[in-house]
Amino acid sequence: MFEYQSDILTLPVYGLKKAEKQAFLNQTLLDLSRYHYQHSAHYKRLIDCSGFEFEQKTAQDLIPLAARLFKDFELSSIESQNVFRQMRSSGTSGQASKIVLDANSAKRQSQILVKILQAWLGKQRRPMLLIDSASTIKIGGGMSARAAGLQGLSFFGRNHCYALDDNMQLDVEKVTEFAEQFKHEPVLIFGFTFIVWQQFIQALKAKNIQLSLDNAILIHGGGWKKMQEQAVSDELFREQIKMQLGNVSVHDYYGMVEQTGTIYMQCEHGYLHTPVWSDVLIRNPQDLTLVKQGDIGLIQVNSVLATSYPGHCILTEDLGRIVGEDDCQCGRLGKYFTVHGRVPKAQVRGCSDTFA
Amino acid sequence: MAKLEQLKTAFVTALGIEDSEVTDSLAYSEHAKWDSTAHMVLIAEIESQFEIMLDTDDIIDMSSFAKAKEILAKYELEF
Repeated sequence: MFEYQSDILTLPVYGLKKAEKQAFLNQTLLDLSRYHYQHSAHYKRLIDCSGFEFEQKTAQDLIPLAARLFKDFELSSIESQNVFRQMRSSGTSGQASKIVLDANSAKRQSQILVKILQAWLGKQRRPMLLIDSASTIKIGGGMSARAAGLQGLSFFGRNHCYALDDNMQLDVEKVTEFAEQFKHEPVLIFGFTFIVWQQFIQALKAKNIQLSLDNAILIHGGGWKKMQEQAVSDELFREQIKMQLGNVSVHDYYGMVEQTGTIYMQCEHGYLHTPVWSDVLIRNPQDLTLVKQGDIGLIQVNSVLATSYPGHCILTEDLGRIVGEDDCQCGRLGKYFTVHGRVPKAQVRGCSDTFA
Repeated sequence: MAKLEQLKTAFVTALGIEDSEVTDSLAYSEHAKWDSTAHMVLIAEIESQFEIMLDTDDIIDMSSFAKAKEILAKYELEF
């Protein structure tokens, strides 16, 4: 079993300066690479094909696996009898990713997710409005990313209320009752961006219902692809939310099923923040070299949480830009960045090219 | 003693398991029925049984029956 060199749970979420954080990541990511090289035959083959040598390398040199490899292969570093849970991405565009977790990785992911969210929400649980249907988490056959998100966030709630019925339609009675009961409390609202927009905000608007949840915080994520198709910007999204729900504080987050746990929360200045356990690198889509700070390129995410599968360095198909490091006006340390949609299909290189 | 029985019953009801399975070694993610969905049901059951509100640290820490007793002791419940 993989052993961390120190207790990673006690690290301050947004409190390590660059030098210290990079030293920790360097060491841990290299340890993880060696570990997965020894325990995952697929990973070993990929690394061997690339001609990568472990000596004298830093985390920046580590070869990221293209996210799509998790769709094509079951990449695992554990014996099948130790599989505790299988996760799969929502798979809106084609095949879903398959991620295998042992009990330790699953537990670590929840613990870290809780640490990150505590930094934004505090430890007290809040009355919680989930913008989804209760039946979403009951669909069998492995856990979907949406179900995992709803469950993970449920830890922060109490008096949970699902805003949508089994047909994903607004349950007016339940929602208005909830809003009335908790109108003065710091309510937590959670949902997937497009579902919040389409099934909740638009439905409230059509029915001409305005709630006044002025102490509420809305956490939403899951991508802007469908929002961009409908030409909905972050600004318009926030504006409409305030119209229908009151003066709610709105936080987007970025994350993926391949690295569950380490999510990137959007601060009050509109930037996504890397927690201490993970990092973001930006690569040129043409030759995969690192671009200079401020330039747009492919987002690579590094995370130290996964020990049951080689998912510590992943090259996504999303475009992003690093805005700065350790100096965001909100005071949180670590890199902060923005996401600029998905790379156009034609530009996505085949997975074997990632190892060029 | 009555409280211990009450806590055991909360586990039996929330997780849908047998009385005999509720021992100190009963642990989250090791028993097939104690998964993350059941965990939130369990938390709600414990909260309503003992009229307390657990914080997020407690929920994450409550990884076994033994641990549950320890955490509830913080709320001045003795077992």
